[in-house]
This record gives sequence, C-alpha cells and structure tokens, in this order.
Amino acid sequence: MDSYFSILFNEVYKILFLLVPVLVSVAMIVWLDRRVWAFVQKRRGPNVVGPFGLFQSLADALKYIFKEIIIPASSNKLVFVLAPVVTMTLALISWAVIPFDEDFVLADINVGILYLFAVSSLGVYGIIMGGWASNSKYPFLGAIRSAAQMVSYEVSIGVIIINVLLCVGSLNLSDIVMAQQNLWFVIPLFPMFVIFFISALAETNRPPFDLPEAEAELVAGYQTEYSGMMYAMFWLGEYANILLMCAMGSVLFLGGWLSPIDIFPFNAVPGPFWLIFKILFLFILFALVKATVPRYRYDQLMKLGWKIFLPFSLFYVVLTSSFLLYFDLLPGK
Amino acid sequence: MIAHSVFFYIFSLIAIVSAVMVTVSKNTVHSVFFLILDFISISCLFIMIGAEFLGMIMLIVYVGAVAVLFLFVVMMLNVAEQKGQWFSSRWDGGTHIPVGLLVSLIIFFELIIVIGGWKYKPDLLNSLSINISTEVTNTRSIGNVLYTDYILLFQISGMILLVAMIGAIVLTYRERAGVKRQSYVKQISRERDEGVDLVEAERNKGVKIDA
Repeated sequence: MDSYFSILFNEVYKILFLLVPVLVSVAMIVWLDRRVWAFVQKRRGPNVVGPFGLFQSLADALKYIFKEIIIPASSNKLVFVLAPVVTMTLALISWAVIPFDEDFVLADINVGILYLFAVSSLGVYGIIMGGWASNSKYPFLGAIRSAAQMVSYEVSIGVIIINVLLCVGSLNLSDIVMAQQNLWFVIPLFPMFVIFFISALAETNRPPFDLPEAEAELVAGYQTEYSGMMYAMFWLGEYANILLMCAMGSVLFLGGWLSPIDIFPFNAVPGPFWLIFKILFLFILFALVKATVPRYRYDQLMKLGWKIFLPFSLFYVVLTSSFLLYFDLLPGK
Repeated sequence: MIAHSVFFYIFSLIAIVSAVMVTVSKNTVHSVFFLILDFISISCLFIMIGAEFLGMIMLIVYVGAVAVLFLFVVMMLNVAEQKGQWFSSRWDGGTHIPVGLLVSLIIFFELIIVIGGWKYKPDLLNSLSINISTEVTNTRSIGNVLYTDYILLFQISGMILLVAMIGAIVLTYRERAGVKRQSYVKQISRERDEGVDLVEAERNKGVKIDA
C-alpha cells in the first residue's frame, strides 16, 4: 500500500511541476497577446500594473475571483457549472504528453499524437454545454456555430497529422521530434504547416475565425451568461488551448526541443527553452493574425475548411506517400 | 494489481450506469451527454487492456465527431423534453416497447453466438498470418492485419461508407432558385469597364440605374 502512495505523491508532484508553469504562462500570454495587439495598432496596451504591465493578468484574475458568479434562473444548472470545468480540464490534461526534452515528458505514451488530437476534439463539448445550458439565444447560436466550425477544421488537422506521421512511422511525440533531427518537417511539408496554422486558428476560435463569440452579432457567444470565476475558467481554458496548439505545431513541424543548428552556441541551450521559444514564436504569429485580419463570414469559413483545406491536404497525403514510396524513404521497415 | 482492478471497476461501473441513464433520462440532451460519458469510460477500458490505439480512435471518432453530431441534431430538433411514458404510472401501450424488446433479444442472441464462437477461436486464428508480439505497438499490428488479411473487407467497408455519404447528400440536396453565390474568380476578374459606367446625365431627368 505504501508503494501506491509513493507513486501517487511522485506523480502529483510532477503534475504540479507541469501545470503551475502552464497556468502562469497562460496568464503571461494573455498580457503578451494584448501587448502585441496594441503595438500593431500603435497603442500601448496594458502597461500600468507592475513592470511593463506584466501583472495585468493577475489583477484581472483577482477581479474575476471577487466577482459574483451568476447562474441564470432558467439555465440547466449542473451542465452550466460543468461547462467551464470541462473546458479547462481538457485544456490542461493534454499537456501531459508534450515532450519538453528527451525523456522530459510526463506521459511518454505510444499514441501521444492521437491523445492530443482526441483531447482537442473533446474541447468542443465545453462550448456546446455552456451554450446549451445557458438556455438563451445568443449562447446557443454561438455554441452551434462553434460545434460546426471545430468539427470541420478537426478533419483537416487530422489529415495534416497523417502527413507528418507518414514521414515518422510512429505516433509517439518524442519519436516525431527525433525524426526531425536532420530536417524539420516545416521544410518538406511547408504547405501543410500553413494549413495547420490556419486550422489551429479556427480550432481555437481565434480571430479571424472567432464567429462563435463574434461580439457584433452574438454579444459574447457561448460565454454571454457567464460571470466571475466561471468566465475566467473559460478564458484560461481558451488560452491554454491556444498555447497547446502552438506546442503541437512546434512538435509536429518545428522540431520540438531541437535547436535549429547543431553547433555550439545553439545546442548548449537546453531543449525546453527551444520548445518555449518556438511556442512563443507561433503565439506571436497568432497575435499578429488577430491584429491584422478581418473576421470571416460563416459560409466563407465552411468553404475554406471543406472545399479548400480538406481536398488539398488529402492531395498532399497522396503526394507525400508516393514520394516516400518512390524514393524508398518509408520509415519503420 | 489492486489499483488496476479498482480502476477497472470504477470505469465499468460508470460505463454501465451511464448506459442505463442514456435510456432512462427524460431529457434527450442529457441522454446524449450520458452516451458521451459511456463512450469515454469504454475507451478508458480499452486503454486499460493495452489497446491504446482502439481507445483513442474510439475517443476521436465517436466522442469527437459522432456524438457531436448527435448533440447537434438533438439540440436543433428541439426534442429536449420527453414525455416520460416509460415510467409514468399509466402506460398508454406505447408501440416502441415491443420493438425495443425484439431488438434487445436479437442483440442478446448475437452476443451468445459470438461468445460461443470463441470456442473455435484457435482454429479461426490459425488460418491467418496474425503474429501478435509484445514488441511492436498495437497500432502497427492492427495495421499489419488490416492491410494484409482483411484488405478486401476494409476497402469494401470504406466503399459502403462512401455510398452512404453520397446517398445522404443526394437525398438532402435540392436545387434552389435565386440563391446568390459568391465567386472569387468572378470578383477578381472584374475589370474597370464592367464596374464603372460613365453616363452623361440630362438635367432634371437623372439616370436610371439597374436597367
């Protein structure tokens, strides 16, 4: 029995060691997002609380904690309370499989990439539950939009993942990174990287695909009826998901923890830092897109997902596999 | 192994209870939520017996896609509140109970046949080239079997799904007149001459547009 408890305590300590930095960086990333957004528009952004306004998110969090949680009388109360919990839990559990360095990963499972894909496809439930349980028109419309959008773009993300897996021959995330030692997949699979990036924007409901919470049409979409800490949990979950998509992009295409060139000043930097740099790079791209691109119309969004991305990525699967087969480069033989 | 069996019983209990709740709960949306819970706990059971690929595919396909569409349809059709004739005191001789009993009887006999077939499993397996080793991951071994011994069945099932998909599209497709569609090609290839028309307007008469 003692051994069970020791396993339990060891794992809890490891999980906390992973989750606390993730949550802190989510708070910081919100600040970064607002700052980048402001700089693009020649504003200053949050710069008052703490040095450079770094503590702005903490102040916001404090405000959310002390606000009253309002549960609408006609809502479905259990589902209404569960929705933000589901969103946040799903956003956090997927970090378990992200490899920060060789042998520096919480759960080194065989089907890591499938796990990531599965958990991110579950993320839609938090939104649907929130929208439905609010029992109000705007949240419901937002939830319906979001469900259709996330299911559509998941399909093309799945096909893009197949492209990468064809080059790796394993579903393990560490194997995927190790397969990029000589050449990051962003070079041979560059079109797939672009499509992955755009699909990740749609999957996380970021602008220009933020139709589920389009403030001009739907107030705040599925979050309309939420307040206080429950709203903050939606918000944390959303940003944790964005970070996760950036991490997924860096593991799949940008070589994870590997340094860009394997020579002295670069390979002396520890792996986790490289991964963090890559995540930040992708995140700043996310923020720049948010600041510069106008929102899509809903039919344009669906057309882009089903009529352009899906056929093109399927075509690329055929291209990649025929290339690998013809030049006898198929892995795992 | 104690922890293992504890987790097994937790997941199977959740699976059975939520499967019952799918049929019992009066709110259809709740039924779908229980169905999702059922799928998730079953995929946990799959993972526990070491079939991690099947468990993840279960999550991706059933929970991530199929159940979302269920939820979508149930929410859109607005059938949230069932009348609850199952458990109401006066049962109006509903027609779905005999049919339900028939279907469950058929499934029960099918299960008996399948479990009976286990007796002949060694004979069936010997005719194939299945070589289960603990060294390769089960993703790879499933692929090895699926794309060699069962390639024909695999492709036929793919064709059936394709036909079903096309059938659904054909059934629901209707040509609507007067729908304005956006064509990027048309928009981009528009020249100045088509868009701008310089007219000499007569005094006090104006110009008639959209003629």
